[in-house]
Amino acid sequence: MARKVMTGNSATAYGALVSGVEVVSAYPITPQTTVVEKIAEFVSDGSFKGKYICVESEHSALASCISASQTGVRTFTATSSQGLLLMHEMVHWAANTRSPVGLVNVNRAVGPPWSIWADHTDAIAQRDTGALNIFVESAQEILDMVIQGYKVCEDPDVLLPFIINADAFFLSHTFEPVDVPDAKKVQEWLGKYEAPYPLDPDDPHGYGSLTFPHQWYMELRYNIKRAMDRSAELIPKVSKEFAKLFGRDHGGNVEEYRTKDAEVALVAMGTMVSTARDVVDKMRDEGHKVGLVKVRSFRPFPQKELRDIAERIPVLGVADRCYTYGQEGPLSTEARAAVYTLKDRPVIKNYVIGVGGRDIHVNVLRKVFLDIEKVKEKGLDKESVWVGLKRPPDEPPEVM
Amino acid sequence: MAGEKQSTRERMKGKSPKFTIPKEELMDVGHVGCQGCGGCHTMRYILKALGKNTILSIPACCWAVMPTVLPFSNMKVPMLYTAFEVTGASISGIRAALDVRGRTDVNVVGFAGDGGTVDIGIQSLSGCVERGHNVFYIMYDNEAYMNTGIQRSGSTPRGAWTTTTQVGSTEDWKREPKKNIVEIMVAHRIPYACTASVAYPEDLVKKLRKGLEINGPKFYHVLAPCPTGWRYPPEKTIEYAKMATDACAFPIYEVEYGKYTINKKPAKKVAMKDYLMAQGRFRHLPDKEIAAIQSEIDYNWDLLLKKEEWTKDIKTPQ
Amino acid sequence: MAKEKKETRGRGDWKTYADMPPGPISMKSTRGVSLTGGWRTVKPVIHLDECIKCMTCWKFCPDVSIVVRKDGYPRVDYVYCKGCGICANECPKECIEMVLEDTPVTEEPEGEAVAEGKEA
Repeated sequence: MARKVMTGNSATAYGALVSGVEVVSAYPITPQTTVVEKIAEFVSDGSFKGKYICVESEHSALASCISASQTGVRTFTATSSQGLLLMHEMVHWAANTRSPVGLVNVNRAVGPPWSIWADHTDAIAQRDTGALNIFVESAQEILDMVIQGYKVCEDPDVLLPFIINADAFFLSHTFEPVDVPDAKKVQEWLGKYEAPYPLDPDDPHGYGSLTFPHQWYMELRYNIKRAMDRSAELIPKVSKEFAKLFGRDHGGNVEEYRTKDAEVALVAMGTMVSTARDVVDKMRDEGHKVGLVKVRSFRPFPQKELRDIAERIPVLGVADRCYTYGQEGPLSTEARAAVYTLKDRPVIKNYVIGVGGRDIHVNVLRKVFLDIEKVKEKGLDKESVWVGLKRPPDEPPEVM
Repeated sequence: MAGEKQSTRERMKGKSPKFTIPKEELMDVGHVGCQGCGGCHTMRYILKALGKNTILSIPACCWAVMPTVLPFSNMKVPMLYTAFEVTGASISGIRAALDVRGRTDVNVVGFAGDGGTVDIGIQSLSGCVERGHNVFYIMYDNEAYMNTGIQRSGSTPRGAWTTTTQVGSTEDWKREPKKNIVEIMVAHRIPYACTASVAYPEDLVKKLRKGLEINGPKFYHVLAPCPTGWRYPPEKTIEYAKMATDACAFPIYEVEYGKYTINKKPAKKVAMKDYLMAQGRFRHLPDKEIAAIQSEIDYNWDLLLKKEEWTKDIKTPQ
Repeated sequence: MAKEKKETRGRGDWKTYADMPPGPISMKSTRGVSLTGGWRTVKPVIHLDECIKCMTCWKFCPDVSIVVRKDGYPRVDYVYCKGCGICANECPKECIEMVLEDTPVTEEPEGEAVAEGKEA
């Protein structure tokens, strides 16, 4: 096992390398570019033994990965924002063909106007596809989750594509010390990918024919539902197995931080969680009973876990790094839906923050926590607020 | 030989049949292609030439529905259906996956219609050919988006009625000439590109067998007449495919790394008027338009003859 | 590519979601199921007296519905033949006749077997 200082993008490339990925097919886009460049470096020095296709578009990248996966090999691609949106048809296709393609998405805002900074719109737009959607907060976590992603998704009862989301620049281009696990050990744990029905002239089948309303479309989609439900069970299991073998446990579908006796908590995804941890520690020192819930798996959504947390903590602030127009922040919508069936529902307030990469400063999060406490004290004022917006002088600031 | 002439029956007694193309059928009965469908011929012939050790990647097109519905298929080789625009990308992925696992012997074939190749599929085709993957790309050309109901494509010839270029009082038939996809492939410095026709299966088989010896992308533009879309009685498919070549509307030629060889030079050229008027999709054309089309066809044929002459002695790079 | 343990989901008859393979995979043949002979309004009759066993009809059938008999003559597979008429149109001896579908036709019994024709 090697410990090196590297960027999140390098960690991504190492994740693919040690996982024994056999076909990589990718297209450059800021800020994912150094992923494909690092993989090209692995090709040039002979450490990557698979095939690397420099495709002509992201749509072709995922399309070729799917066909390669159907042929029966482990595949990988990476992209961001516009690229992920261009691939969107293929994300559906990957799930519907039950291809366990690994995809690392460097979360980047969607244009126009052009923006290369962190925003979750690109990832959230994939929520209905049937792909797993995991959010991480460190370069180490990207690497580890690429490996765990294959373990979960190549399970014969799952067979779905997975998307690991890493915030632009905060993870992609920031250096941190990362343990690179031993490739042999990783590949022994993963095993070789064996597709259930690989494309094979010795056992020929048709893949993807027309099907009618009365049979079998609904059944095939129901099986995807079962697969996603199964993945929700596997994610924490695989996390524990990984911890045993490699010594790191990033948590299951959610990870709680100092929620044991918390009166309020912030629910969040991505790198803002790291910032929030510092804020929680400081505020705890000052006597505030605050906690933090890191949602790691947006799909499958951790409904059970959130219901469990909601039964213990009566007021939740849910932070979103994007917005669903005509509704509210998507994480908040999902959280409300998850806790709807509880007899004593928690109060949930949505904080839209960091859109387009706007910096989520410790002071901003502190104000958010104080606002959640105010909600606990005085009741809910507004269901969803945008934090840190430049407002006209006559408009009262929401939180700041 | 003395005595009266032998009857055919007597002559054929004990004689074996003559097969000019491979016998094995890798495409079975029960597919739901239209009566007389040229696309059916194309699939049957390419599979005979390439054999059992083949994987097909097929986008949205007539062939996406011809093997019927889940869970049935009439094909004896693996057939992966993909989205419309990705054939080039799909075969690149399949090739890479097979090669990684050591199955470099398996033929990888992209089998797409004209719309899925020259229009929506051109990007992924271009990328695939530029990268030089060892794959076959067969475009069966019925000259419109036939599967969705005869809408015009970039490969629809000038003058044709289609449901999106209807004639009417504004004379809105397709005005633009047919996209020359073989020339586009040649511009990519493809090792092998050719035209072929369902009327000449021996020629198609020969060209595919040539392709088996080439490590790189190979492109086959196969004319596959469609009785439904071209508006002619189904028994004429092969006859009209021949006529297309004899009228020089669809010349049969091959380009090996830039060197042109015309495989069929019509002994007796057919006038475009006869070829066009045989099909309902052209029957509205006034003489002026037919003359313009004839002049375009003559120009294309002349240009092709010159290309064959110019590249006769060319030395391909090592 | 062959695995020791072969996937079995979906290999039997599908009745519920639990019987199906993970993806939309076809594993059954259309033969015996998709009887396209029912499409016809006319059907080909091959008059063997003039047939020279050139196999042009077999070659140009888009529906794989002309098969070769043991005696080397072609035979129409009426279960699947769609009656497109290409065989009749292309026969160099013009010995294939398209007749109305309900015309009674008796197939000539097979003669002596011949050596299998060599393929190109």
